[in-house]
Amino acid sequence: MGMQQTNTLTRRKFLGALGATGAACVAAGYLGVPRLAEAADAPAEAPVNVDELIAKEVGPGKVALEKVKIDTPARTENGALVRFPISVDHPMEADNYIAMLAIFVDANPKPLVGRFEFTPASGKAEVELRIKMAKASQVRAIAKSNKGALYGAVMTIEVAEGGCAG
Amino acid sequence: MADIGEPKVRAPEKPLKKGELALIKTLIKHPMESGLRKDKNTGETIPAHFIETITAEYGGATIMKATWTGAVSKNPFFSFYLKADKAGPVNVTWKDNKGQEWKEKAELKVE
Repeated sequence: MGMQQTNTLTRRKFLGALGATGAACVAAGYLGVPRLAEAADAPAEAPVNVDELIAKEVGPGKVALEKVKIDTPARTENGALVRFPISVDHPMEADNYIAMLAIFVDANPKPLVGRFEFTPASGKAEVELRIKMAKASQVRAIAKSNKGALYGAVMTIEVAEGGCAG
Repeated sequence: MADIGEPKVRAPEKPLKKGELALIKTLIKHPMESGLRKDKNTGETIPAHFIETITAEYGGATIMKATWTGAVSKNPFFSFYLKADKAGPVNVTWKDNKGQEWKEKAELKVE
């Protein structure tokens, strides 16, 4: 766990638009409003402030980069289908549990991918799904305990071919 | 539309002991259109059509709720855990942004 976190931190540097994007994507949507421009390739803009989005969607406060693990390779061939398993190493007891987990892809037109709400009966705050990435991006998984403590993991994933992400 | 629905839920085959963790796997066919894509031929934006919520009920309570956007991949696979308590169904409900709803369940065996 400790080693994994160190790796995650050293990978935080933001890689630019390395990945090609699908020609059919309107990839320049801003705050959820699709822009109907000529959009063969995604412009290298990231207008959404993801830190503010995290404060709004998960909660305000300092995120401790520990306890959360994103178990996926740092490079994906297909941005339309990025395997995304996330786990939180935290008790799930009646008065001390992970209440929420959220995923953000910084470079997607809409960075929020999803939120997951748990209860102590979940037993374990761990989910797996497949997500879309328009291009190479920093991805973040942020967890919140029932007491409001925030934990997170950050990594950069390179994308060989982008998916039409929302 | 043919390529939508057919929800599936899978719970562990073998009986679990009370307190043991159960991995629940779900799958459904859905286009998961983000609303940010254009039709290659017409140039028209393809309207958003994606699953917004998935909820799991077990033992009379909602134990997990997921809220998604169009950035979840097409035909979404999703797995989560629950702590086994009593034998009974795990009911999963998917709802999309057009108001369509699907339900499926798996029986959890508890010794």
